Amino acid sequence: MLLWKIFIAFFIPGILGYGGGPASIPLIENEVVRHYHWMPVTHFSNLLALGNALPGPIATKMAGYIGLEQAGIVGSFIALFATVAPSLFLLIVLLNLLYKYRNSPKVKRLTLLIRPIIVVMLGVMAYNFFAASKQASGWMPMILIGAASFVLMQRLRVHPAFVIAGALLIGAFFME
Amino acid sequence: MEKVKKTSGQFRVCWDIFVAFFRAGILSFGGGPSGIPLIEAEVVKRYKWVTLDDFGDMVAIANGLPGPINTKLAGYIGWRLKGLIGLLTALIATVVPTVIMMAVLLGFLAAFQNERWVSGMTHAVLPVVGVMMAQLTWKFLSNAKKGLGWIVTLVLVAVSYALMEWLNIHPAILIAATLLYVLIKPVKQPQASKGADR
Repeated sequence: MLLWKIFIAFFIPGILGYGGGPASIPLIENEVVRHYHWMPVTHFSNLLALGNALPGPIATKMAGYIGLEQAGIVGSFIALFATVAPSLFLLIVLLNLLYKYRNSPKVKRLTLLIRPIIVVMLGVMAYNFFAASKQASGWMPMILIGAASFVLMQRLRVHPAFVIAGALLIGAFFME
Repeated sequence: MEKVKKTSGQFRVCWDIFVAFFRAGILSFGGGPSGIPLIEAEVVKRYKWVTLDDFGDMVAIANGLPGPINTKLAGYIGWRLKGLIGLLTALIATVVPTVIMMAVLLGFLAAFQNERWVSGMTHAVLPVVGVMMAQLTWKFLSNAKKGLGWIVTLVLVAVSYALMEWLNIHPAILIAATLLYVLIKPVKQPQASKGADR
C-alpha cells in the first residue's frame, strides 16, 4: 500500500511536470507534504536546498531520496521508476516512429522546421543561466567566468569537465 | 573465441554508455537543462552515437513531453544503442550517483547548507553552463541556416520566440503544430524538390 502511494505521489508530478525537472518540484511538494504528510515543509525545503547544490537532475534526486526515506531501497526504486518511466516510454514510442520513417521527406522536413524552435528553447535557457548568475553574484564574476570558459572551451577545446571543476574551485575560494 | 570477443564488445558499449552519462550527470550543476550540452558533448562529439540532427529532434520532442529532460535523453539514447540494458545502464548512470550523494550528505546537512563556499560553488558554475548552452544554441542555429537559409531561419526563430516568450505558448504546442503542418502539407514531387535542394 505504501509502495503504491509512493508510485502515485511521483507518477503525478512526472506526468504533469511540463518544462523539465524544476517544473515538477511544486507538484512533488504538493504530494509528499500536503497530500501524504510524509514530512513537514521545512524538511522538504532542506532537501530541496541540498538537491539544488548537488549536480544531476533535481526531480530524480528528490524522488530517489524521499522514496528511500519512506520505504528503503525498494521505495527509492519505485519513486524513481514513477518519475522517469512514463515520459521516457512516450519519448521512445514517438522517436522510434520518427526513426522508422527517417528517410521520408516529411520527417526530414519536420527535423528542419523544428530546428528554429530548438534554437529559441536553448537560447532562452542560456539567457536564464546568465540571468541567474548575474542575480547570484553580479556582473563582474559572470562576465569574467563566462569569458574565460568561452575561451577555454571554444578556442582551446578544453573538455567542459575541467572548466566546471575550475569554476567550482574558484567559487569555493573566492565567491563566499 | 568469437563469443568471448562479442560479449566483451557488448560490455564495452555498456561501459561507454555508463561513463558518458555518469560524466554528464555528475557535471550538470545548476538545474535540469544544464545537462543538455553535456550530453551533447558525450553522445554527439565524443562517442558519435547520434548525429547533431538526431540530437536536435530528441531535445525538441523530449522538451515537449513532461518530466525531467536528462533522464529522457539518457534513457532513449541508451535504448537506441543497446535496448533495455542500454536504457537501464544510462538511467542508472544518470540518477543513482546523485541520489547516493544526497543520502550521504544529508547527515551533514545542517553544517553543509550554511557554508557559504557551497553556494559560492553553485554560483560560479552558472556562467559556464550559460556559455555551454549558448554554444549549443549557436550550433543549432548554423545547422538550421544550412538547411533553411539565413532569412527563413531568422524569421522562424523570431516567430517562435514571439510565440513562446510573448504569448507564452508552450514549446510542446509549437512542436505539435509543426508536426501537424508537416503531416498535412503534401510533399510536391520528391524528385523536383531533390533537384531544388542541390
